Amino acid sequence: MGVLKLSAALAALVLTAGVAMAQGAKPNDAQIAHIAYTAGNIDIAAAQQALKKSKNKEVRAFAQDMVRDHKAVNEKALALVKKLKVTPEDNPTSQSLKKDADAKLAQYAKLSGPAFDKSYAENEVGYHKTVNGALQSTLIPSAQNPELKSLLETGLKIFQGHQQHAEQVASALK
Amino acid sequence: MTRAIAAAAFAAAAVWVAAAPVRAETVRIEVKALAFSPVQVTAHVGDTLEWVNADFVAHTATAKNNEFDVSLSAGKSGRAVLKKPGKVDYFCRFHPNMAGQVTVEEARH
Repeated sequence: MGVLKLSAALAALVLTAGVAMAQGAKPNDAQIAHIAYTAGNIDIAAAQQALKKSKNKEVRAFAQDMVRDHKAVNEKALALVKKLKVTPEDNPTSQSLKKDADAKLAQYAKLSGPAFDKSYAENEVGYHKTVNGALQSTLIPSAQNPELKSLLETGLKIFQGHQQHAEQVASALK
Repeated sequence: MTRAIAAAAFAAAAVWVAAAPVRAETVRIEVKALAFSPVQVTAHVGDTLEWVNADFVAHTATAKNNEFDVSLSAGKSGRAVLKKPGKVDYFCRFHPNMAGQVTVEEARH
């Protein structure tokens, strides 16, 4: 993949998260692991908020799926970095993802009932779309270690499933 | 004598009736890397479909026509007995990007 395309993909990810990152920066495996783990934790936190607030059966079932799957992926990721003796490295992309997610949690904390359900479901569609785009265009192509690359590829398939599932939940709430 | 023959014939018939229709098989489908493999299978009424989940996340095999809805925990397997002929499309409720199809033919005789 060309440097230009890579920077554009990274910029798109960072732009969505609302922070600028050095152009041309290519994440290393320690940063990729950190980004993937952070992205998973963000979705777990969002799902836990949904499980506290929502009474909608479909929304709750979806949120439970998110907690279970993202925990499973993150456990795999932790086991892998331990095996590879890689220490996940914090970076501007992880930081901006986290900052954006914290703002969303605060925003949705004020909502309830169908307004919350709709916002949560729609955000899940957008969030998975963003993360899947970043995985496809930047994180997977940049990963050097084959085991990390393979875990990210499996993760992408899982999260593409989540995106479709979220689209179904969101459209049923319309 | 006639009665003895009739009784023997009846007993033989009973054994035949009990044994003949049961020719059910188990069709195995592997669930790996978010895919059903083979994605398309052919089976018969009375056969069992067995999905073996090799992934580290849970899946389901859920028929669109509600014929079966099988939970497949991570690393576990699940089964469904096919009850009627027809083409059944199924998917995973957790990951709707996973789809499979089974063609169910009449029972073997």
